Amino acid sequence: MSDHLQLYEVFIRSRRGLDHKHVGSLHADDPEQALEYARDVYTRRGEGVSIWVVASRDITASQESDCESFYDPLDDKPYRHAAMYELPEGVDSL
Amino acid sequence: MNDNIVALPSEEKFQARIDAEEKIEPKDWMPEKYRQNLIRQISQHAHSEVIGEQPEGNWITRAPTLERKAILLAKVQDEAGHGLYLYSAAETLGITREEMIDRLHKGISKYASIFNYPSLTWADIGAIGWLVDSAAIVNQVSLQNTSYGPYARAMVRICKEESFHQRQGYNIMMVLMQGSEEQRAMAQDSLNRWWWPALMMFGPHDGESAHSAQSMKWKIKRRSNDDLRQQYVDQAVQQAHAIGLEIPDPDLKWNEDRGHYDFGEIDWDEFERVISGDGLCNRQRIAHHIKAHEDGAWVREAMAAYDSKRRARATDVA
Amino acid sequence: MSDNAHIAKYVLRLADDALVLGHRLSEWTSRAPFLEEDLALTNVALDFVGRARMYYQYAAELTGGGATEDTFAYTRDAREFSNLLLCELPRGDFAFSVVRQFLYDAFALPFLRELKGSSDQRLAGIAAKAEKESTYHLRRGKEWVLRLGDGTTESHQRMRQALDELWGYTHELFEVDALEEALIAEGIAVDPRTIRDEWQQTVTSVLIQATLPVPESSWSVQGGRTGYHTESLGYLLAELQFMQRAYPGLRW
Repeated sequence: MSDHLQLYEVFIRSRRGLDHKHVGSLHADDPEQALEYARDVYTRRGEGVSIWVVASRDITASQESDCESFYDPLDDKPYRHAAMYELPEGVDSL
Repeated sequence: MNDNIVALPSEEKFQARIDAEEKIEPKDWMPEKYRQNLIRQISQHAHSEVIGEQPEGNWITRAPTLERKAILLAKVQDEAGHGLYLYSAAETLGITREEMIDRLHKGISKYASIFNYPSLTWADIGAIGWLVDSAAIVNQVSLQNTSYGPYARAMVRICKEESFHQRQGYNIMMVLMQGSEEQRAMAQDSLNRWWWPALMMFGPHDGESAHSAQSMKWKIKRRSNDDLRQQYVDQAVQQAHAIGLEIPDPDLKWNEDRGHYDFGEIDWDEFERVISGDGLCNRQRIAHHIKAHEDGAWVREAMAAYDSKRRARATDVA
Repeated sequence: MSDNAHIAKYVLRLADDALVLGHRLSEWTSRAPFLEEDLALTNVALDFVGRARMYYQYAAELTGGGATEDTFAYTRDAREFSNLLLCELPRGDFAFSVVRQFLYDAFALPFLRELKGSSDQRLAGIAAKAEKESTYHLRRGKEWVLRLGDGTTESHQRMRQALDELWGYTHELFEVDALEEALIAEGIAVDPRTIRDEWQQTVTSVLIQATLPVPESSWSVQGGRTGYHTESLGYLLAELQFMQRAYPGLRW
């Protein structure tokens, strides 16, 4: 391949107090350049106050085939949600 | 893990997910044809944004005021950005940007044929922003609900950014129509040249569109070509009249029963001619892109060489 | 000449630098080596056009008589443009644009830092905004000089050639004439001679790191500040001013 540029995933914090959120990807030579290009490409309208870039190949992702064994077993624990517990009349802030 | 326990992904399961308006995400199983169809559509869309830099870029150095120059620069830059978002979305389907660009250069992959028309006067910058970007937006708004997650998310970002594009174009036309006789003529001439190509942007009639039926079933496309085109005409006619421009179509007439404008038949021969290479700028558009890519080859090679040297040095130190 | 006219003349020099360099940068849009750099270069072009507008608007206020930012940009001919020659040279290949930008930004950053302390509040305000942009430009520029200088044989060669072609135009960055002497004395203008060492140091250290020789040639071309230009400026203006010349006095 003539083009050596690596693929990077870009995450942007749009406001202090919020999480970084995935916004897309870009090509760059190294992490430093990826950061600058993320600024030039993804914050043209001042969308960010902080940027993370991660080489796409460094991300380990769960597969669709993992779904049943990963997530289905977590779906049967209603006792983890506050909504399961009824409160008597007149009790709030709990 | 016992493979038998994991239910096999199937085409039915995939379609059921789409029917339930759930998004398909990059790691999901998908029919090969769905993947290819998406790669074709998204890369074509990306190429259109990037080739679309040219007719407008053609006026960056000649914009009539400094404010217009800044606006145009920002606008053309957005097109490049949108191309980039879309290449990114396509890359999640297992194709590289280099492969897509190679297909563009070899003529295997298409881009929107409208960009094969020349931008000859300043008014064309108005007409492109107003007519071409509005047509693109009508299409793109419907694609915000497309079934492939990365494509849908790119569309949301693009639509948000593009709203200023059509307004700045319309504003150029409006100012021209408030200007001298010569300026008004310039605006009308430009509309005359861009109107029909803009209508062609929605593609062939529904019955004749090669990819439509399957794309609708897979929710890659959400609304039909003719449906989108009608919505566009209804909007654009009203906008043209509001600033005193005449639509160059003798058959254009409000149809009370349908609640829509009736309009004349598109010259499909011209549509075919321009798509197949006989537009005024087909060769120049591709040549321009190839030249930039080739002129940049030594830069990309240097980046690679520098990076390997730096890695080698880092290893030495370690 | 009144005080205002003096200051306006000085402001126009800074404005012309920004416009002409911004114009050259804008020629890269859709022509960059890859898409990310296309966006990045256009951002830099936008910064310079924006800077030009701020300076021209101030010059227009100082001049009065219905002048606007566009009056200066679009209705003066080459002899009235007072930009540095470095800014007007045709864009060349990517190495040429990288080196030009680096040499200029290494100057612009300390220049703007000093201009922030100008006794002229408007100039100080413009400089404060522009300084942030230049910090980013110089950061990009240094990295590009390293990559291309220490990249392949071809990129190294192109960088050397660009340096050789541009070096003689850098002396003009530090020239001062009577107009500037007077404004320096009043605390309005920056004395570029005071930042020459810093510029030299920035440039030298980056070039050495990039394995590029610091040019030693003694040739030096000047004239931009007095409207004595290379021939390329006329073509740049012909393109830039086409609309205002072909259709004078209209609103766009």
